[in-house]
Amino acid sequence: MSRLIFSRLLQAIPTLWVIATLTFFMTRFAPGGPFDSEKAIPEEIKIKLEAHFGLDRPLFEQYILYIQNLLRGDLGPSFKYPEWEVSELIATAFPVSLTLGVLSFIIALLIGIPGGMIAALRRNTWMDYLPMGLSMAGICLPTFVLGPLLIFVFSTQLALFPPLGWYGASDWVLPSLTLGLFYAAYIARLTRAGMLETLQQDYIRTARAKGASSWRILTKHAARGGLLPVVTFLGPAFAGLISGSFVIESIFFIPGLGKFFVTAAFNRDYTMVLGTVLFYAILIICLNLVVDLIQALLDPKARQAK
Amino acid sequence: MKPEKSSSLGKDAWLRLRANRMAMVSLFILVAVGLLSLLGPMLSSHAYDEQNLDRIFENPNSTYLFGTDNLGRDLFARTTYGGRISLSVGLLATFVSLIIGVTYGMISGYAGGRVDAWMMRMVDVLYALPFIIFVILLMVMFGRNFLLLFLAIGAVEWLTMARITRAQTLNLKKAEFVEAARALGFSHTRILFRHLLPNLIGPIIIYATLTVPAVMLLEAVLSFLGLGVQAPMSSWGSLIKEGAEKMDAAPWLLLFPGSFFCLTLFSLNFLGDGLRDALDPKSSKD
Amino acid sequence: MEANKQSALPAISIFWIILFGWTWLALGCSKPSNVETAIDEQVLHFGLGAEPQHLDPHLATSVAAHNILSALLEGLVSEDPKTLKPLPGVAQKWEISDQGRQYKFSLRKNARWSNGDPLTAHDFIYSFRRILNPNLGAPYASMLYALKNAESFHQGGKSWQEAGVGVVALDEHTLVLTLKNPIPYFLELLNHYAWFPVHQPTIESFGAYEKIGTAWTKPGHFVGNGPFSLTSHQINSVIEVTKNQSYWDAETVRLQGIRFYPIEAVYTEERAYRSGFLHLTQSVSADRIDFLKEKYPDELHFEPYLGTYFYRFNVRAAPFDDVRVRQAFSLSIDRQRLVDKVLRGGQSPATTFTPPGTGGFFPAPGFAYDRAKARELLDSYLREKGLDSLPQIELTYNTSEGHKKVAEALHAMWKENLGVEIRLLNMEWKVFLSTISGGDFSLARAGWIGDYVDPHTFLQMWRSGDGLNMTGWENQSYDQALRLAETSTGTAKRWESFQRCETILAEEAPILPLYFYVHLTLRHPSVRGWSPTLLDHHPYKYVYLAKEAHP
Repeated sequence: MSRLIFSRLLQAIPTLWVIATLTFFMTRFAPGGPFDSEKAIPEEIKIKLEAHFGLDRPLFEQYILYIQNLLRGDLGPSFKYPEWEVSELIATAFPVSLTLGVLSFIIALLIGIPGGMIAALRRNTWMDYLPMGLSMAGICLPTFVLGPLLIFVFSTQLALFPPLGWYGASDWVLPSLTLGLFYAAYIARLTRAGMLETLQQDYIRTARAKGASSWRILTKHAARGGLLPVVTFLGPAFAGLISGSFVIESIFFIPGLGKFFVTAAFNRDYTMVLGTVLFYAILIICLNLVVDLIQALLDPKARQAK
Repeated sequence: MKPEKSSSLGKDAWLRLRANRMAMVSLFILVAVGLLSLLGPMLSSHAYDEQNLDRIFENPNSTYLFGTDNLGRDLFARTTYGGRISLSVGLLATFVSLIIGVTYGMISGYAGGRVDAWMMRMVDVLYALPFIIFVILLMVMFGRNFLLLFLAIGAVEWLTMARITRAQTLNLKKAEFVEAARALGFSHTRILFRHLLPNLIGPIIIYATLTVPAVMLLEAVLSFLGLGVQAPMSSWGSLIKEGAEKMDAAPWLLLFPGSFFCLTLFSLNFLGDGLRDALDPKSSKD
Repeated sequence: MEANKQSALPAISIFWIILFGWTWLALGCSKPSNVETAIDEQVLHFGLGAEPQHLDPHLATSVAAHNILSALLEGLVSEDPKTLKPLPGVAQKWEISDQGRQYKFSLRKNARWSNGDPLTAHDFIYSFRRILNPNLGAPYASMLYALKNAESFHQGGKSWQEAGVGVVALDEHTLVLTLKNPIPYFLELLNHYAWFPVHQPTIESFGAYEKIGTAWTKPGHFVGNGPFSLTSHQINSVIEVTKNQSYWDAETVRLQGIRFYPIEAVYTEERAYRSGFLHLTQSVSADRIDFLKEKYPDELHFEPYLGTYFYRFNVRAAPFDDVRVRQAFSLSIDRQRLVDKVLRGGQSPATTFTPPGTGGFFPAPGFAYDRAKARELLDSYLREKGLDSLPQIELTYNTSEGHKKVAEALHAMWKENLGVEIRLLNMEWKVFLSTISGGDFSLARAGWIGDYVDPHTFLQMWRSGDGLNMTGWENQSYDQALRLAETSTGTAKRWESFQRCETILAEEAPILPLYFYVHLTLRHPSVRGWSPTLLDHHPYKYVYLAKEAHP
């Protein structure tokens, strides 16, 4: 176990270095700069601005400087909003995305897992077709359709929930429901598939032959195996929830990290882009580690594989 | 020595697939959608970019089968044209990811040992990259190029394909016919492409079929962000985005492209499931 | 027994799902909307449309920044809420002398900063000095070039004393401004935030005199002299200001606070409005006009806005280096149809570059619609060059649904009327700007909102080599006419020179004006004291919220 953690951490360093370098050069070689503005900033002023941010130095020097700052934990000021530090912005935006992600995830699990289990246990009956049909719909309907639809019904027409924002608890419902339903669909299908496969296993048949009750079989034996594919999906799913939340954050006007990232990319806000990318990368690495640990706990076979 | 198993396996699989009603229906739907997308723009009397500013936001009627959009363009023509775009993006991007992923996975699995370990470590590292982010970065930074679009999307999806291919290759490596081929002195390349690959076709097809919908969804998200195809071209993604915004005033703008999109994705998923059931003898049957 | 347990699972799961769902719904129990509670609270909920990049008035450039800064700060003059005519602001009265070259402002004795500090003439000198400081790199420093010697100080190399910039404090409450040339609209210029005062001790304590990006503009630090002060700033979420009791005219101010929401997506903003979350939106999508007109007839407003929507030609490269091709493209656009069918917002087709009526100036129509002539001109060009058709032309525009719609409409018109099929290319804002200023375009979308109500703000763009020109067009006669307008004092003379400019523009067509802006907005009837103005300026101190009057 500790070997796993250690090797992962070792792997993380070159990974992050690669990501930082890749992103740095990609943003620098892209057309358009952070200080282009329609009010036609006179050339002298643009030069001053670039000097302030160190953009007038040779590219490689900027790169070295950037890496040095990174190692000190200094992500620099945002180019687009110079009155804010990148770390400050990430610190305000990430908890928002995290809350949204966690809530959506809980919804997804609470709806998806029982749904998938029921479908597996009641295979080829309406209790299978209905949840699976709904989950199909969930997978095929993009969030930018589901979102406005939910807002239209629950906010504009029924006035039950606020149409946008992230100011109070009631703002959390619609966005996390939208994202949650989407992932619930995937989780339901995975759970069902995993359960079906597990239920076929010999050790289940043995348990049944031994006279164990179905409930016991379900919770003690089948659940573990059935949940395995879900756990595998968890890592990328959670990462996807956070990084893929751009759409939700845009529709529901949520000041989350996804929206910051996309806006930063559009604005050529180099420091913000780099800061966000690195942050996500670290997050995903940690998540993958956690997922692997859980997997190892659940599946004795996997423990030896690494 | 040709592995005879594959041909009879294929036939078995096909029969199993035929028996799966959902899969057959899906196949039929996909073919229908494909044909419509191909022929639709020509069937309509209006070009997909032809504007009629006096007939905007019209309900479906006899002149305009699916109604018109905000510039009086025929939604039927635009939806079917959008099908061409979305399906080709889906297929091409999947193809790209297939080529990269399968080759990578095969080589890694076949080589085994340290080469395999390193190659898979690369994949693990790449898995850590927030890929969506890079796709967005790429599209934002380097402009809206159709080629770039499906290259970028394809580059996101190849990792899973590589992992699956490698796992299968590892299994197959131990099979007798491979050992026999090596004993006969066939070159590695030949073994890879003439012996192993045909046996990998099964899982490859399955995952390809399941990758296409993922790719199409990704294209839709990119359209939403404004990074999809250029106006006046339309993809299902861009049509759905526009439709979703106006759904209370002109629901047909969402309904038609949305239905096409959903039907296609449904069908691809069901077909993929069906293929998985058909090609994997271990899959549970009642 | 087995059957019981197995059937229990579905039941249990459904129970949990329902319980869960109920909790969520309970969380969302109907609360009164923002608009409903606002009448008691007197808080205005304002759709800002974008997050302001800077709240430092010397560094800001956007409309969003203006909307907030006009709450937090006040200049020498303020403006009438209906006519925008200059009213006393920090200055109680003023005298104009030396044929309009000298302005003597008497400042109020009770003018204060939000922390209680008295506001004096020296504050204005400090502020002007700061924005003109070459090391600060203020984008709008050129606004102050109206002052004598300001430009040479800003170019650098001289100290403030050496340059002798035309601003002097006779005493704590008397400020004298000396202009380079007389400017009839000078007092209106003073309503631009570039001229607003900043609080010296705050700026100094953050070392922000010459430095960009310090924290002095954050809530808790920002000190202003306007009707409101900054209470909270959550980026991309909300900016909140509350009534400033130290403001000299606090009695007139009825609002207790304003909440600005920087919502960029126009459909999200519309949903917000319709759910009672916002009192007013920054914009409205053209596609929704018919629908909203029907559902919210009293709340959808079409307000004249001083701006022109146009395209730039790149006259440095073929085929637009030939005036015939430019004219052909211009003459083949049915602007009336564009405005009626595509924009549908009551915009007016632009037959000149300056909107008619600007400050009293009514230019004669110059740009027209004439398909036959367009074709003739194009054919003559093609014949002379020995071409069958024009090379592929690209139309560049910045990503936006509205611009896309216009571009697509023009695409269709040129295809039909000229037989030319152009290629549309959208890019997002930053790339767009750098592409245009780099001259890497054929035909590019543009728009210009006036900074003040005078034709000069429009026509000055086309001076040879002006930073805003970007077409590569240079015309001596135009420059001459413009200079004449700038140095003339009589209105008739100025109008004559401006007319000359317009005529040259119509003849040479380096640009393709399409329509004059209309500000489309949704505004709740409970917002009172709010009048449409040409510059979309709305002094908040006259605004209040009251229940709609029942007939």
